[in-house]
Amino acid sequence: MSEEHKRYLKKLKQEKVIVVGFQIFILVGFLLLWEILSKYKIINPFIFSSPSKIIETIKNLFLNYNLIGHIATTLYETAIAFILGITLSFIIAIILYEFKILNKIIDPYLTMLNSLPKVALGPLIIIIAGANTKSIIVMALLINLIVGIMSIYNGFNNIDKDLIKLFKTFNASRLDILLKLTIPASYKTIISSLKLNISMTLIGVIMGEFLVSKSGLGYLIIYGTQVFNLDMVMSGIIILIIISFVLYKIITYIEKKLLQ
Amino acid sequence: MNKLLSIKNLNKVYYKKKEKTEAIKDISFDLYEGEFICIVGPSGCGKSTLLNILTQMDHKTGGNIELKDNLKLGYMLQSDSMLEWKKVLDNALLGLEIKKEKTKENIEYVKCLFKKYGLEEFMDKYPQELSGGMRERVALIRTLALKPDILILDEPFSKLDYQSRLKVSDDVYKMIKQEGKTALMVTHDISEAISVSDRIIVLSDRPCIVKNIYKIKREKNGNPIENRKDKNFAYYYDRIWKDLSFNE
Repeated sequence: MSEEHKRYLKKLKQEKVIVVGFQIFILVGFLLLWEILSKYKIINPFIFSSPSKIIETIKNLFLNYNLIGHIATTLYETAIAFILGITLSFIIAIILYEFKILNKIIDPYLTMLNSLPKVALGPLIIIIAGANTKSIIVMALLINLIVGIMSIYNGFNNIDKDLIKLFKTFNASRLDILLKLTIPASYKTIISSLKLNISMTLIGVIMGEFLVSKSGLGYLIIYGTQVFNLDMVMSGIIILIIISFVLYKIITYIEKKLLQ
Repeated sequence: MNKLLSIKNLNKVYYKKKEKTEAIKDISFDLYEGEFICIVGPSGCGKSTLLNILTQMDHKTGGNIELKDNLKLGYMLQSDSMLEWKKVLDNALLGLEIKKEKTKENIEYVKCLFKKYGLEEFMDKYPQELSGGMRERVALIRTLALKPDILILDEPFSKLDYQSRLKVSDDVYKMIKQEGKTALMVTHDISEAISVSDRIIVLSDRPCIVKNIYKIKREKNGNPIENRKDKNFAYYYDRIWKDLSFNE
């Protein structure tokens, strides 16, 4: 290895050390500042809690409130809604792409549905689907489906027109074009839409849990608010942040593996 | 000579919301066995439309196209589009796959073409690992795989730089001649047209009509690069250039 190459690698390493170092510094600094401000009552400790109290609360939740069960519920609902959402978006996107006229017809309705704040439909969903997990999943689907359909559909639309022409010179049938060109060519777009979809799904699930649930992290947060236990609320939020971060990382990892 | 394709009084009209555009007006010409014809014309004059009609990807408005004894046409497009997720060999077999003619013999034939044109070692690579010139040759093999009797080429080298363009048009010309195919090529490059063709059909601006047909006479027929040195080259170039520049 040449001197210059070594220097280049060293520079890369230095940069990484700086980035990670500052990331840790910000996290630790934030937690410390929070703890201190809360301890000396500069911010209201009842409302804002503090890291040490949150750790204690999480321990307590774990021992007495079946925290693992709540996390499992949320993850379970997220997984179901995510898989359903991807599958349905894929199927619907194919139908819309294959039958352009249908797409033209329902376009204004899709736009309307997309701009409607889905949470407004919450009460209606509860009445129709019942106050149970079904409602939560429907809620999550409402939120992840439209984004999913649109990103996959755009992927289909961005396929090189020359390739479509090439297939037509071979007299390819529509099914041939769909199976041998459209779907494989948008593989990358579909995979990258997973990342967006997982965040959307989690938003939907928590919203659903706010409305109806008897367990799950969303329930924990709402319950904490009702009994005015803000330590519990804060703990719920922190756990949620960690979960969404981990889910995002998992999907990114899967994406990387699939695109190799 | 054996007449393979005959086009008589071909017309094509496009309709838009407010206007109709006459793309092609009364075009007639014949194509004989073993011939290499080039069609030149100003850009946007309807050359590609003509090819699309010939290959039945578009409908004619009027006129007649007679193809002898159900001969097969092979269409080589402007871009060498390849499926990036398929290996080069599988890309070349795409036409056969779609037409469900992917038999052992046909696969063998395609592999033979790869060998013959020095691309054997690239069969198992992916398209992005190939140079522009190689991709063009693979695209031609993909078209030849279906054993067409007439090759239709739509500005096949327009995406290459000048140097590779000369080389590739030379290679492709040799391949077409070696396989004994009849060819109809559209180009906007006058010198390319003169260097490869037996006849050149000059089209006018829209609506596109046949302005002139030149039978190219050379002292000696060679490969395209040699043909460029022919003493009549400048004469044809000048005539065609004038045809294209001065629209009545």
